[in-house]
Amino acid sequence: MAYSTQLGFQDAASPIMEELLHFHDHALMIILLISVLVTYMMVVTTYTKLYNKNITDSQLIETIWTILPAMTLTLIALPSLRILYLMDEINKPHLTIKAIGHQWYWTYEYSDYVALEFDSYMIPTSDLLPGQFRLLEVDHRMVTPIGSPMRVLVSAEDVLHSWAVPALGVKMDAVPGRLNQTAFTVSRPGVFYGQCSEICGANHSFMPIVVEAVPLEHFENWYTMMLQDA
Amino acid sequence: MLCALPKKDISGLNRGHIRKRPKTSFCWLTTMAANIEENIRCYRTAPFDARFPNTNQTRNCFQNYLDFHRCNKALSTKNKDVSPCEWYQKVYNSICPISWVSKWDDQLESGTFPGKI
Repeated sequence: MAYSTQLGFQDAASPIMEELLHFHDHALMIILLISVLVTYMMVVTTYTKLYNKNITDSQLIETIWTILPAMTLTLIALPSLRILYLMDEINKPHLTIKAIGHQWYWTYEYSDYVALEFDSYMIPTSDLLPGQFRLLEVDHRMVTPIGSPMRVLVSAEDVLHSWAVPALGVKMDAVPGRLNQTAFTVSRPGVFYGQCSEICGANHSFMPIVVEAVPLEHFENWYTMMLQDA
Repeated sequence: MLCALPKKDISGLNRGHIRKRPKTSFCWLTTMAANIEENIRCYRTAPFDARFPNTNQTRNCFQNYLDFHRCNKALSTKNKDVSPCEWYQKVYNSICPISWVSKWDDQLESGTFPGKI
């Protein structure tokens, strides 16, 4: 999860996020190389004693510094498009969960079989137990099974919100009257945090999202327990 | 020195953690065009609908709601079994927010539902 001196992404918990992580590393390396090369050329050009006042053009160098950047851009574009299309694949979900945004909490609905609906409010700082995270914990987490493709349908009841979980590589706007679909597969068990990502009023920063990924048996037990408590 | 371990007798039904599974018909993934009862029995969640391939699934939810009620109306007018319509109900229950469904149900009861059934 996020920590204070963090520089990079959170550890990936879904295959798509893993791909995005690797692509980011790839693209960052390329732009780092370009930046170092350009800085070096600028410094060298500033301080060099070699100059010729009679050069007007050079077809060769112009060709080189057109072709090389074009190849570099292709090297970036191809993996990027690959991930774009991967994210768009039809993934045959095993479970559908609806995440509805309100001011200022989320409601999760699991209605494939017996309808289960519950609200997810942030735990106030004064009520946190030792070891819990400030402004991130909620009273009822969204529990999902690991390894199963999930479909999450995001909507809102009042104003715009956005459902985001960085570790899963998911962000989807919650628009009133609209149902936006996103999909992911959680590849490892764990607890993954996110925050509302669209300004929605006074408590926009205080309606976090927590996804708890557990093995299927535990998910079924949780589902049964939630139905009994309802 | 190699020791031959005695072979475990696994001929009986009690194989420790391996429980004998009761005979059931498995639910393989079937297409919509196949057996409707099989699809309803083996329902897991709303499958991919090629009519709504994009992010916006609003119409998917509304269309299945409409289709359920139209199916019910059409089949009950002809005095036929309405159980095939259950598919649409399962899909819209999976996809549609509960508040939308209850709002539309209230509208249907009061005769103010905007869709054509």
